[in-house]
Amino acid sequence: MGKTLAEKVWDEHVVRSAANEPDLLFIDLHLVHEVTSPQAFEGLRLAGRRVRRPDLTIATEDHNIPTVDLDKPIADPVSRTQVETLRRNAEEFGVRLHALGDDDQGIVHIIGPQLGLTQPGATIVCGDSHTSTHGAFGAIAFGIGTSEVEHVLATQTLPQAKPKTMAVTVDGSLPEGVTAKDLVLTLIAQVGTGGGQGYIVEYRGQAIRELSMEGRMTICNMSIEWGAKAGMVAPDQTTFDYVQGRPSAPTGAEWDAAVEHWRTLRTDDDAVFDEEVVLDASTMTPFVTWGTNPGQGVPLGASVPAPEDFEEENDQVACRKALSYMDLQAGTPMRDVAVDTVFLGSCTNARIEDLRAAADVLRGRSVAEDTRMLVVPGSVRVRLQAEDEGLDVVFKDAGAEWRGAGCSMCLGMNADTLEPGERCASTSNRNFEGRQGKGGRTHLVSPLVAAATAVRGTLSSPADLAPVE
Amino acid sequence: MEKFTTHTGVAAPLRSSNVDTDQIIPAVYLKRVARTGFEDALFAAWRDDPDFVLNQPEYAGSTVLVAGPDFGTGSSREHAVWALMDYGFRVVISSRFGDIFRTNSGKAGLLAAQVDQKVVQRIWDHLAEHPGASVTVDLESRTVRAGEGVEAIEDSFDIDDYTRWRLMEGLDDIGITLGHEDDIAAFEATRPTWKPATL
Ligand code: SF4
Repeated sequence: MGKTLAEKVWDEHVVRSAANEPDLLFIDLHLVHEVTSPQAFEGLRLAGRRVRRPDLTIATEDHNIPTVDLDKPIADPVSRTQVETLRRNAEEFGVRLHALGDDDQGIVHIIGPQLGLTQPGATIVCGDSHTSTHGAFGAIAFGIGTSEVEHVLATQTLPQAKPKTMAVTVDGSLPEGVTAKDLVLTLIAQVGTGGGQGYIVEYRGQAIRELSMEGRMTICNMSIEWGAKAGMVAPDQTTFDYVQGRPSAPTGAEWDAAVEHWRTLRTDDDAVFDEEVVLDASTMTPFVTWGTNPGQGVPLGASVPAPEDFEEENDQVACRKALSYMDLQAGTPMRDVAVDTVFLGSCTNARIEDLRAAADVLRGRSVAEDTRMLVVPGSVRVRLQAEDEGLDVVFKDAGAEWRGAGCSMCLGMNADTLEPGERCASTSNRNFEGRQGKGGRTHLVSPLVAAATAVRGTLSSPADLAPVE
Repeated sequence: MEKFTTHTGVAAPLRSSNVDTDQIIPAVYLKRVARTGFEDALFAAWRDDPDFVLNQPEYAGSTVLVAGPDFGTGSSREHAVWALMDYGFRVVISSRFGDIFRTNSGKAGLLAAQVDQKVVQRIWDHLAEHPGASVTVDLESRTVRAGEGVEAIEDSFDIDDYTRWRLMEGLDDIGITLGHEDDIAAFEATRPTWKPATL
């Protein structure tokens, strides 16, 4: 019997396997950031251990940094200490760091692909659950906790039980104006937040093949939101073209050898998945969330559901709680929901294509009067590229704020937070209670919907906007 | 890590599903660089609500949390496990855990006991009748027990063999892996030269 993509990549990384024990997996790339690493480095220090492979480790500052006043020291002393701790640890343990002010600084899941470090067939981990993003290249990539961060630093390996495999096959093509974000939100609403638990998921089918690398990253990014261990897309010419020429991509004969191997990284025709889900992209529409987990979503053209719409008692209770937290009435058309803030950012949707798509909607239009819009590029390179293309001017002319790179309002760890009761249309990945600030209310949306919502002040798609004169 | 064999303690019912790690500990508390002292951050958004279960006098000093399905989903923050442990919890019972949360629990010494949702419901019902009652979680036999006589609840819970063994022995993972250093070195010698390096 043949093997799935996930099984091939897994098997290539098994250092040791024994009965009744998890496999010991070798880790090709370990991404580190300031929030989940201090206690891990401290653990190494206490045990007198070193970083085994600093050459397979890279650090950046993203979660807990400001996106304004970048020329000044970090104002919050607790945050400053955390960032300085990472700098000291990187220095002491010989780890490469892209700190604030460096052109390669940015959200950890954006800089890996950008530098060409994220490659097909790799095993990639990071103390952050959205590490699943890197699976878009055909890598096995997953988030780990701080104890595991310490383990990888010390050994470059992780003991891991082999997960089951699932195929998500998306047939057909996405209609015009419907994006990777809408696709993944549709999927999660269908399978539920726990649907992927225990699986490495392979996204396949025509709609996935037709996506750009950035779209594939958006999909894989949200794998964790339905519980999957990791999400993957088999590498193809789109992947190779994206990787080629990047700073850490192989060159010359090495490139040829790499591609030859990468071409073998596909699920064999006779391989069997433990589970399969099939979706039809051609019927999808812009999709938004109404509740407090990413599975609580509906098409933008639909209305806020009622608890009775759900069969299971648990779902009814969850719906009731979510409606109360979100201050929404069942039956309200989603398009009538007015927002205070629009956040375009995060490792889900703050790459250059996302910014271009949003700028195209905003060009010649303005952000509604009572609405504020924050645009936070995912990395400094994305910001510079956008400025090169004049996108910053489009955003600023429309009345949006143009910020420095980082996680920002995706998790509200820095000063970019919602006020209690404030409502936000956000291109990020989590609408949990308080995620963007205590009492804040989040609707997950695509960059296109974010931009159109900024213009109208209520949840909207570009099709709802009057043509620009 | 302390060895874990069996534990009996006051159980607190957390009757919510999808209690994600942002609820367990909001991001603002992750700015700290220390490994302990997160007890004040646990369920921070709910702590000033007088109706919140941990604010009921019966549940002061509870050490077993009985939660709804999909507990600990979301972010990878191990701080969620630390906060639960710093507050005094030794065990969380749920019908489904976030993957990373469950792994983190095993590493840090918190027992994540997975049971059928029916069992959770029976324990909730029992606690509703007997607030402040204790629950016993026996890792050796993988059983949860509560109540007495005809009302007694006894059922098994799921935990993988390896995590169970490590918890029972109180073993440090890194130490175990470093015992296989030869295997790691042998693997490293076979890696293709085109694999990327950061330095
Ligand atoms: S942008 Fe949001 S989801 Fe992505 S790494 Fe940062 S905090 Fe996590």
